[in-house]
Order: sequence, then C-alpha cells, then structure tokens
Amino acid sequence: MKLKNLILSATAISTLGLAASAETLTIATVNNGDMIRMQGYTDDFTAKTGHEVDWVTLEENVLRQRVTTDISTKGGAFDIMTIGMYETPIWGANGWLVPLDGLSAEYDVGDILPAMAGGLSYDGTLYAAPFYGESSMVMYRTDLMEKAGLEMPNAPTWDFIAEAARAMTDRDNEINGICLRGKAGWGEGGAFITVTANSFGARWFDEDWNAQFDQPEWAAALNFFVGMMAESGPPGYATNGFNENLSLFQQGKCGMWIDATVAASFVTNPNDSTVADKVGFALAPDTGLGKRSNWLWAWALAIPAGTQKADAAKQFIEWATSKDYIELVAAKEGWANVPPGARTSLYENPEYQKVPFAQMTLDSINAADPMNPTVKPVPYVGVQFVAIPEFAGIATEVSQEFSAAYAGQQTVEEALAKAQALTNDAMEAAGYR
Amino acid sequence: MARAVTTNRKILNTAIAWGVGLVIFFPILWTILTSFKTEAQAISDPPVFLFFDWTLENYAVVQERSDYMRFLWNSVILAGVSTVLGLIIAVPAAWSMAFVPSKRTKDILLWMLSTKMLPAVGVLYPIYLLFIQLGLLDSRLGLIIVLMLINLPIIVWMLYTYFKEIPGEILEASRMDGAGLKDEILYVLTPMAVPGIASTLLLNFILAWNEAFWTLNLTAAKAAPLTAFIASYSSPEGLFFAKLSAASTMAIAPILILGWFSQKQLVRGLTFGAVK
Repeated sequence: MKLKNLILSATAISTLGLAASAETLTIATVNNGDMIRMQGYTDDFTAKTGHEVDWVTLEENVLRQRVTTDISTKGGAFDIMTIGMYETPIWGANGWLVPLDGLSAEYDVGDILPAMAGGLSYDGTLYAAPFYGESSMVMYRTDLMEKAGLEMPNAPTWDFIAEAARAMTDRDNEINGICLRGKAGWGEGGAFITVTANSFGARWFDEDWNAQFDQPEWAAALNFFVGMMAESGPPGYATNGFNENLSLFQQGKCGMWIDATVAASFVTNPNDSTVADKVGFALAPDTGLGKRSNWLWAWALAIPAGTQKADAAKQFIEWATSKDYIELVAAKEGWANVPPGARTSLYENPEYQKVPFAQMTLDSINAADPMNPTVKPVPYVGVQFVAIPEFAGIATEVSQEFSAAYAGQQTVEEALAKAQALTNDAMEAAGYR
Repeated sequence: MARAVTTNRKILNTAIAWGVGLVIFFPILWTILTSFKTEAQAISDPPVFLFFDWTLENYAVVQERSDYMRFLWNSVILAGVSTVLGLIIAVPAAWSMAFVPSKRTKDILLWMLSTKMLPAVGVLYPIYLLFIQLGLLDSRLGLIIVLMLINLPIIVWMLYTYFKEIPGEILEASRMDGAGLKDEILYVLTPMAVPGIASTLLLNFILAWNEAFWTLNLTAAKAAPLTAFIASYSSPEGLFFAKLSAASTMAIAPILILGWFSQKQLVRGLTFGAVK
C-alpha cells in the first residue's frame, strides 16, 4: 500500500512539474512531405516534454513572406520557423535568430553534415538545425537509355546529357529527352540556371560586386541550355517548374530530369509513378571545369529572437532533428521515408545504405560548396543563390528575362543584356558598388 | 409596349446564358471532381473527367491532418461579425449621403472608394506593427476590425446606390407624421431597402469569407480561417492536387450552399439599384 502511495505521489509530482513548465509552441512550416510526417509524430514530443504544439502550415512563398514580416518586426507570432539556407545567414547576421548553442551532448551537433552546418551558420555560429537537406541530381529512365544504346556514367558531362537527350527524344510518342525548370522565380528556373552557369564557370558577381552577365561563360551556359531544350525539351518548358516536370516524368514523358534529390522518392513510388521501377540516378553534370551543376538546400528549424519560449523551442528542435527522430520514422514507416541529407550517421547506417538513392544524395550534397560555388572567386556565399537580402528581388527579375528568352520572346543576348543592366542598377542602389 | 421575343431568340439567349454559366462554374466543378480522384488521376494526361475510380481518401486525409471545424468557425465569426458591424456603420453613413447630401458628398464617396485602390501589401508593415503594439496579432477581434474596414467603402457605396432609388418624399412624409431620425431609418427606410441591404450583406459576407491577404498575414494558429486551411495544402515541391482540391471544396462548400439558397435575394438586390 505504501509503495502504491509512493508511486502515485511521485507520478502526481512529476505530472505537476511537467504541467508547470509546459508551453504551447507555435511552429510555422511548409507543406512538404517530411514536414507533414513530422506533424504526425508531435505526440511523441509532447509525451517526452509536456509541451504542446500548434502547427501553422503554409505554401512556401506564403510562408516566406509571413515569417519575414514577423521576424523583421519582432512580432513574436511564432516560436519556431521553418527557413532555408538563403535566409539563415542573413537573419543570423541581423540578430533576428536565437543562436543554437548549448545543445545537449546526446544531440551530437558534430553529426550534422558539414555542408549543411556551414550553410546554416553565420560567423561560425549555428542559427538553424537542418530537418532535411537536398541537392540536385540526374534522374533518368533506364529503359529509354538502354534503348538509345547509351550508358549513363556516374558523373556525366553536359555534352553527354545533350547527346542522350537527343537520342531519347521521341516526339511521336510524346517522349522528351530531357525536362528541366524554365519557370521564372529565383527558387524555380532561377536556381536551375544559376547552378548550370556555375558548371560553365560563370558567376553572378566579381569580387567588386559587378554583375557578370556580360561575360562569355553566361552566354555559353544560356545558349547551351536554350539549344538543348529546343531540341529535346518539352513544349512550353519556359513555364515548367518542379511540379510540372515531376508530373511529366511520372507519366513517362521525360527521358531525363535534373532536379531536387527529394524527387527521387516521388518518382520511385509505384502509387504515383508509372515508371517507378525504371529510374536510375547520376550526379548533376559538369563541363570538366571542376564544378558540378548541383545545388545545396536545407529546410531547417530556427528560433526567432522575439519568442518568449526559447527553451521549449530548443527542446523541440533537438527532438525533431535528432537521431532518435530518424529512428522513430524508420521504425514506423521504413528507412526510405526518413528525412534525408542532414546527418552523417544516417549515411553510415547499413539499413539506410540499401535505399537506392541514398548514396547519390550524399554524393550530390558533398559535391556542392557554398563558399566556392563556381570556378572563379566570388564575394558571396551560396550555390544557387547569393546570400544577400537583395538577391531574391534581383534574381526574380533576372529569371523573368531568361524565361522570356526560353519562350522565344527575346534572344539570349537581349536577356543577358537586360539582366546585366538591372542587376548593376539594383546593386548600385543598394550601395554595393 | 414590351418587345416581342421570338422562340428562337429565347433558345439562343438561354443557350448563351447556360454556356457563360458553365464556363464560370467549370473551375469549381473541376476542383470538386479532382477532390474525388487519386493523386495520379489528378495529373493524368489526357485528363479524366467522370469515368475514374471515385475515392473519399483525400477527404479522410484532410480531416485527419487539419482541424477543419476550428478554421470553419473562425471563418463564420470573422465574416459574420465584420459584415454586421460594417452594416451598422454604413447604413447611417449611406442615409446621410443619399438624403442629406452636402457639397462634398461625391468627393467623400470617391475618396472612400480610392482607399480600395491601394495595394494591400503597401500598408502591411504599418498595420502589422499596430497589431503588435495593440496585442491583436492572431486574434479574431483584430481581423474583424480589419475586414470590416476594408469592406466598408463597398458597403457604403452599395447602400448609397440603393437608398438613392427610394423617393425622398416618403421619408419627408414619415417626418411629418412625427417620426424621429432613428424611427425614420429603422422603420421606414430599412424595410424599403431590405433587398438592397440583404444583397449587400451577402456580397460582403462572401468578400470577407474569401479575403486571403490579411487573414493569412495577421494570423498564426488561433484565429486562422479557411483561407489559411487551403494555403496549408498548396506545395511547390510535390503533387498534392487531389488533397488541395478536397481542402478547397471543404472551404467553399459553406459559402456555395449559402449562395445557392440566397440567390433570389442576391439577384433581386443587385438589380434593385442603379442598374435597374
């Protein structure tokens, strides 16, 4: 009886203790598969800490506008924000984020992939913890490649990709040799053409922040892209983004697709994809100059400086980006569904190594260097973006000019000239030049 | 004398009306149909129209993932209260402009309408900062005030147009019979303008229900209405059109049903004013 009373008292005390410090966290996030999955496991976090969670899920662009408004005004509407590699160093430098120092030893911060930790830090301090990371790679139809009599190398060149695209194109059967992003927007077609240009040796700015669109590398990259897409791409590719190309690939209408590594799980899912068992993977192409055309991105969790619940928020981030969380998802839904690209230990796990796209994802992430994104030196950080606040606006306008060239509304030379002028004007107005 | 309308003309008019109606309704119909498809069927090329395996799975997923009733309740409160509050302010305002106009009445009306011409994003930061200072972020009260204010010019304009149609002599007669200002507005003017007021109320309820900029930007978890519910199913990295369609159908269903049952009042009210 005494023992029973003791246990009941201890339980009551611990429950009271938990309840006394329990908080309700408001978390803003995006509607991506891994994030939605995390919402489903919130009960596990609540059971461990006593803290409740209110989710605010928004479309990526809406989320970006919403959290930017809140953080820049210290609104305090959110306790945790889902942000990317572009925002983190800028907001960290502005003092808008709580530094993620003092994380527990069992969290093992050293296990975060170096490329991810580097991209989510400012001045050596981590400001956001990666929930999942991604790069870009080639996804191709093994059957069509075989039919064309070609074999995809592990690390192809752009010349090989163009040749293979030509050979795989079958207009009568609506098969396009290659599907790529042409849609305007800095995170859509803008990101793709930037990494393509990196592999051709082009750069956004020289060391004095002068725009470089008047240099031959940009002309070579853009002319190559437009020529290949005219020959082997889908009609109207100037308005195609991730979703449009995913749809085409899943319906068997693309020989190759170069895009986010996260797409691998979609195109190999037999419930949605008609070509699920015929997909191979390769590194993003290069031109032999030493830089591949793959990007680096992470969706990460950060704590805005305006929150009153920083301790509870840190506990959530430790839970959501921990090794334990990965194992929880693996146990419930299998290793193919764990959030990829964030931790080194995941890629050392023999079970995860069996996932077909695991190694290629890691190799692609490791092949991207945000500090040295292209051949020549640059004054900025970022592979498919330039981590300065003005970039989103400038790159959106530049990608609109490029999309107009893809659609045949102007020549490549005209698009590059306009990009050069508008970028230099904006940089001058912002005080860089 | 009314103009005679031939049978052929009637058939043609009916066909054109149906055609226009179908074109306008088609996106909604397509959204509803897509909500019953699988994600693969939703993006199939050529698209499937009616002959597919109908499924309720998307509704089950949406129901499981989101607290629909909370979003719905917020939408009802925000749209309902802001519209009623707007009417309480707009009826006397429209009365004074219609029956006791001054030299500047036309200018005031135009000025009121001009506030609608400013892009909302232009005042996002000032309003956001005000909301922080007043503690109104993510609160229903704050959004009710904003929705009421942004729709007020339209309510005043619509009521002004309806009131102008009512002969001033009737109001004069009521005054001669001893009616005060309150009685004149409440018991004489309002009953005569009921169709106009009803259509104003319905139209503004719909506008407030569909308002997406402020409801997305000034809310987080507590006060978010159905616009935020839909926004949570849109994704640039992943094809979830069937689930997005299910969420959209659930969000528009209440207002669609309301519109269906009140269409007679809406049409009567809209043709009651200056376009009569």
